[in-house]
This record gives sequence, structure tokens and C-alpha cells, in this order.
Amino acid sequence: MSVLSIDGVWKSFHGHSVLRGIDLEVAPHEVVSLIGSSGSGKSTLLRCVNLLETVDDGTIRLDGEDITDPRVDVDDVRKRLGIVFQAFNLFPHMTVLDNITLAPRRVHGVPREQAAEQAHELLVRFGLADKATAYPDRLSGGQQQRVAIIRALATQPRLILLDEVTSALDPELVVEVLGIIRELKESGMTMILATHEMGFCRDISDTVCFLDGGVLLEKGPAEKVFTDPEHARTREFLRSVLETRRL
Amino acid sequence: MARPFLLLALAVAVVGCAPVDQTASTASTARATPSTSTACAKEQLTLVTPGKLTIGTDKPAYEPWFKDDDPANGQGFESAVAFAVAGEMGFDRTEVQWNTVRFDAAFAPGEKQFDFDVNQVSITPERAESVDFSKGYYTVKQAVVALDGGKIASATGLAALKDAKIGVQVGTTSLNAVKDVIRPAAEPNVYNEQIDAITALKNAQVDALVVDLPTAFYVTAAQVDNAKIVGQFSSTGGTPEEFGLVMEKGSPLKSCVDRAIDALKAKGELATIEEQWLGSAVGAPELR
Amino acid sequence: MSDWVKSERQLERERVRRSRARRSASIATASTIVLVVLVVWGVTNAPGWPRVQETFFDGGQFAAALPDVARGFLLNIKIFLIAEALILVVGVLVALARGVTSPAFFPIRALATLYTDVFRGVPTILVIYLVGFGLPALKLQGIPSDLATLGVIALTLSYGAYVAEVLRAGIESIHPSQVAASRSLGLSHGKTMWYVVLPQATRRVVPPLLNDFVSLQKDTALVATIGPLEALRQAQIHTHQDFNYTPYLAAALLFILLTVPMARLTDHLAARTRRRRGA
Repeated sequence: MSVLSIDGVWKSFHGHSVLRGIDLEVAPHEVVSLIGSSGSGKSTLLRCVNLLETVDDGTIRLDGEDITDPRVDVDDVRKRLGIVFQAFNLFPHMTVLDNITLAPRRVHGVPREQAAEQAHELLVRFGLADKATAYPDRLSGGQQQRVAIIRALATQPRLILLDEVTSALDPELVVEVLGIIRELKESGMTMILATHEMGFCRDISDTVCFLDGGVLLEKGPAEKVFTDPEHARTREFLRSVLETRRL
Repeated sequence: MARPFLLLALAVAVVGCAPVDQTASTASTARATPSTSTACAKEQLTLVTPGKLTIGTDKPAYEPWFKDDDPANGQGFESAVAFAVAGEMGFDRTEVQWNTVRFDAAFAPGEKQFDFDVNQVSITPERAESVDFSKGYYTVKQAVVALDGGKIASATGLAALKDAKIGVQVGTTSLNAVKDVIRPAAEPNVYNEQIDAITALKNAQVDALVVDLPTAFYVTAAQVDNAKIVGQFSSTGGTPEEFGLVMEKGSPLKSCVDRAIDALKAKGELATIEEQWLGSAVGAPELR
Repeated sequence: MSDWVKSERQLERERVRRSRARRSASIATASTIVLVVLVVWGVTNAPGWPRVQETFFDGGQFAAALPDVARGFLLNIKIFLIAEALILVVGVLVALARGVTSPAFFPIRALATLYTDVFRGVPTILVIYLVGFGLPALKLQGIPSDLATLGVIALTLSYGAYVAEVLRAGIESIHPSQVAASRSLGLSHGKTMWYVVLPQATRRVVPPLLNDFVSLQKDTALVATIGPLEALRQAQIHTHQDFNYTPYLAAALLFILLTVPMARLTDHLAARTRRRRGA
């Protein structure tokens, strides 16, 4: 059964339609990438899945449960999801360790010692063991984003949503963040990522979705979409992105 | 680099203001000096407003000292006394003007906004170091007011007041009387205004009020229905407490005002005024 | 390259900077001294100075009034400390109540809005009168009779409204992305407020909050209107007795003694936060 199943989702802001009937299935351990130009609806789709936005129509199911039902416990749904933002959004008044253990302790009721222990394991695994007591603004952008990913992982979610997590980083810091994501894929984590990193996307994704003006125009295995797209719009988009890269 | 010098120039300018006031005030002092002679003719007096006698009192002005909070109507004991003193000095009623002067302002240093201030001010040697007092125009007794049926309503001596919670107005000799004569076990509640003290009595937040005797009669007669005067007592051990008119320290008017009060006493007019406005204020039992 | 040795040119630059700094310092010192001397000279040579000196700066009066004023000041401190704690609680609750969006809490939000509107508008002295004379007049069981307690209630009502608004401004200054990040981790609205928004908001509003508390320290003197003998009242009693204002000076000094350490404490807290966060 699918981890996530999106069915005919519509969303508009101030009369402007951002999502126009999106359908998408995400299987366990699958990595799905959303590509498309800015404003194509990638971030909005992720925010709808995380219930940060309310859909105008359609349904989203998480492990078969309709999470777009207004009677659903929003906090309970979010316990099972992790999201990482483009701008990291770490809590500046907390140390790295406190950022990571906040949700396990306050939402999942994990005792302080145990939460700290688990956080330390993650920090060691992702090479940030010496930063546990640092405050976020003492870290580089890449380190902050790695902490944000660890924070999302700490609650052991079913699914992780990554919203253009490298867009705010200097080029030399992108690599360390992509390294983590690669490692997550190897560990079997189910992920949806909105991204502009085409090379990385092609390399890591099981499925690539091209969004254009709020419509899921093309969906397929990464190799297929990148080498032999069906739609002219997809070809056009990929060409323009590759040209920019060359410049 | 230029800024420190700018600052200096500013400082010099600020300090440079002083001489202006200086000349003004020395001029007025100079003008005042000749009239300290015994001549009390109206034309020779140095007055705040030339040709008018300016009398200060606080607002609100309470009964029985004033009536309807209007000192200029000649009604109430102090208004009547003030007009009588003015008349004795040669001012008719149209030549008297009233000015609202806060109790605190009456003894603040600097130029006064009155020729004399009448505000039930008791004469004490300490106060006389800051202002000039006229001769006394009224001898004050303190009184204890309590609610009927309260725990000290039937007290016959001051000892019974020791355990009472007492309310009193700030700046009054009643407060001194509480501290020096009654010496209650608990600190008294001290209020800005007489009406605050009365409210506290009505609320039973205090057991008793200490006020001067005429005020006590007014309070029990007109302000609190179910209150009574428990008794009267003298606030000082020896010399009787007297009200005096307040004047600026070294005021040239003092001798003339004193002469007017002496004359009113001699003619029996002061006694008449007292009888008219404070006549009921006799006959409360003495507390010892 | 091996070790860096300062060049002649750099050494010369530093010499010039040092001499300029020395010259600025001596100019500052000189101008300060001249200013102080001129002001002191100007004031003490004013014709009315002896009179002002004896009514405001009388050593004997100061010594005579100080014990009573200091005893009264203990009451100010007591009122201040208790009120401050209660005000923070009221402020936080009201600020949070104004932020709830759930329709079930509409009455609470409306009440909180009404409270801040009314109590920020009403002069503190009137609130003190109302609580100090109005509450006891109800003659109900359980209403405190202690004047300091009534004063604390009145000050809490009045200042709670100000502090709530300051905190609310702080809460609204926290970027929505912080709330999004917290909610996406599964924290409820309440937990998000408590663990993420409020800690950041309070740090931001410490300076205006301190300002309100300094103002509160001084307003403890307003409680005197309902009867208790606090510092300013004690000073007033002495002043009225002898017609001399020096006792007020004693009270003023005590208030300053309380305010200055608090200002230094906030500076210290702010500096520590800056250091720790390396900003």
C-alpha cells in the first residue's frame, strides 16, 4: 500500500490557482522528486501534505487515512511527517541538541536522557557531534540545514518532505546536505523532495514529477524523464535549466 | 572637534540665563523693603496684585470652614475670618481675590501667589522656619469619630484607642496627635484627602477617624449618617494648638495682618464668627 | 610567509590614532569639568539658593526622615516584587488569550481585548481608588483588607494590560516560519507558543518590559492614596510637619537605588544573550 496517496488536489490563493488537480502515489522507500520552475506549485504541494495549508478540493491519504478530513487531529498527522524548509527555520534560542530533542520530548513523551542519546547518535552519524551545545547562528548554512534534517528525522517519521533544502546555500555547502539525503535514501527513508538540483535529482530519485502551472504534467522514472521526456514543456524546462548551469 | 566647544557655548548660554531672574527678584525685594514700616495704610502695602488683597486656599474647600467649595462667598468660618481680616486692613469685598493654592505650594520656596493663605494651618515652631504665621485666629481641638456600634464607639479614654485602626489625613496636626498622643499599636492609614479618610470609615476599613473638632461635627452631621463623635482631646501637651494665616517668610504684611487679628479679637468679632459657623463644636466629652 | 612584523607605516598610523584618542579624552574631561563648574556656580550663586538649599537639601531633615522613609520603602519593595510576578503572569495569559483563533475561545479573546483596552486607558490612580475603596465597600467574604494587598491587585490590573500589549507585540514580531517549523514537528498551538514563540518574544521585549517595571516601582507610591505608609507618604508626612522638602530627596534616593541595579541587570542579561549566541 502507498505511504502517501494524493488524489485530485486543488489549491488557490486569492483566486489564483496554484495546484490544479494533482494526483500522486508514493510507495514505501520511494524517493519522489518534484521539479518545475518557481511558482509551479512544488512547495505548496508539500505544505498541503504537511497540513500547513488546507486543500480546496481532493484528498490526501497517509497510510490509507484521509488526512484532509476536517475532523482529523492535525498534530497527530504531523507527528508522522517530517518537513525541512529552504530557510532551515531552526529555533534560534535553543542549542542544536534542544532543537533536535524538542519534538521527541514534548510531543512523543520520550524521556530527556533517551531523547538526548538518540539525538547524539544522529549527530555523530551526520558528522555534527561537536555542535550539540552550539546555537544555530554559530553554524554555517550547510550545518544548519543538516541540523534541520536531523530534527525532522528525530521523531522517526513515516515520510520526509524536503522543500528546496539546498536553495539557500552557497554552492560549496550544497554537497554536504546532498550527502545526507543520499544516506537517507540508502537507509530506506520515504521522501518527497522539491528541488532545483537536476543532477542530484536524476541520481537519487525513483520517480520524477514535472509540475507546470499547478498541473502534474509528466511523471516517470528519473532516467526516462531526463533523457526522453514526453512533453515539449518538460524538454523546454530541462533545456533552460541545463543552459543556465552552463553559464 | 567643534562639538565640545559647542557644548561649552551651550553651557555658558544656560548659565547665562540666571542673571535675568536675579535682577527681577532683587528688584522686587528692593521694592518690598520700605513698606516693612508700621504703616499699614492700604496704599502702602506690597501686594501680589496691586490694589487687591490676594488670599489663597486649597481646593476642594470643606465645610464648616468654607461653604459650597466657594471661598469667595464669605460663608463658612475661614472665609468669614479672611474677609473680616481684609476688611480690618481696609479692603472691601470687591478688593479681595481668591487663588487656589495647594497645601504643599503654600510653603514652597519662591514667589507666593497669595498675600496670605488660609487653610486650617496649625502654627508650629518648625513650620515657622519656612513661612511666617499670623497670630492664631482659632484654637484647635482634635476629635475622634467612629461608626455607631463600632468597637470604640463607647470609648471613654484615649487608652481604648490604642488597638484601633485609625484613619487620618496627611499634613494635618491630627496625624501628629495620633502619633504623639494616641500612639496606636498599628500604623494609622494616612489619606491624601479628608473624603478618602471618610470613605475608609464608611467601608469600615478603619475603626476611627481623627480630625479637628469642627470637622468632626460636620462629618457626623452631614457626611456619615451612622457616625458619632467619641470625644475630643488636645493634640499637644502644653501650649494650645492654633490656626494661623500663612505668609511668605519675612513678609512685610505680617505686622499689619497681626494688627487686624488683634483688633477683631478685641472687638469680639472673631468670637461672633466662630459662634456663627462653628457654634455646634462644643460639648464633646474630653478624652484623656 | 613567516611571522608578520608591523610595517613602519602601520606603526606610524597607530601613533597618530593614539595621540588623537588622548586629545579627545582630554577635551572631553575639560569640557565636562567646565560644564559642571559653571552649572554649580550658576545655581549656588542664584539669589534664592540659600532658601532652596535649606528647603531641599537639609542634612538634619534628611537624617531625621530617613528611618521612617526607609521603613516605608520596604513596603514599596514588597508591593513591587509581588506585583511584578503577578503582572508577568497576567501579561502572558492575556497576550496568549488575544492570540487564540479557535472560535470556542472567542469570549476569552474578546474579554482579553476589552481588558487591555479599558485598563490601559484608565489612569492607574483611579484603578487604585476603585480597588482600594470599592472592593472593601462590597463587604463580601474573602476580599482582602490589607491595604498593600489591595494595592498589589490594583497595580497588577493596571500594569498587566501594558505588559500584555508589550508581550503581544513581541509575539507578533516572531516570524511565522518559526511557528510553521514548530507545528510541522507536531507541537500543538499551545506548546508552540510556550516552547518556541514566547521564549523568543520575551527576549525581544526585555527593554520595554524593564521600562514598564521601573515605572511600576515608582507607581507603588500611588498606593499611598488608599492609606498605607510607604516611602513617599512617610516623606510627605515629614515634609508637611516641618514644611521642608528634604525628606522627598531621601525617598528619591531610595527609588534610584532600586532602579539602577535593575537597569544594570538587564544590560548584563542582554550582553550574556549576545555573547552566548555570538551575534
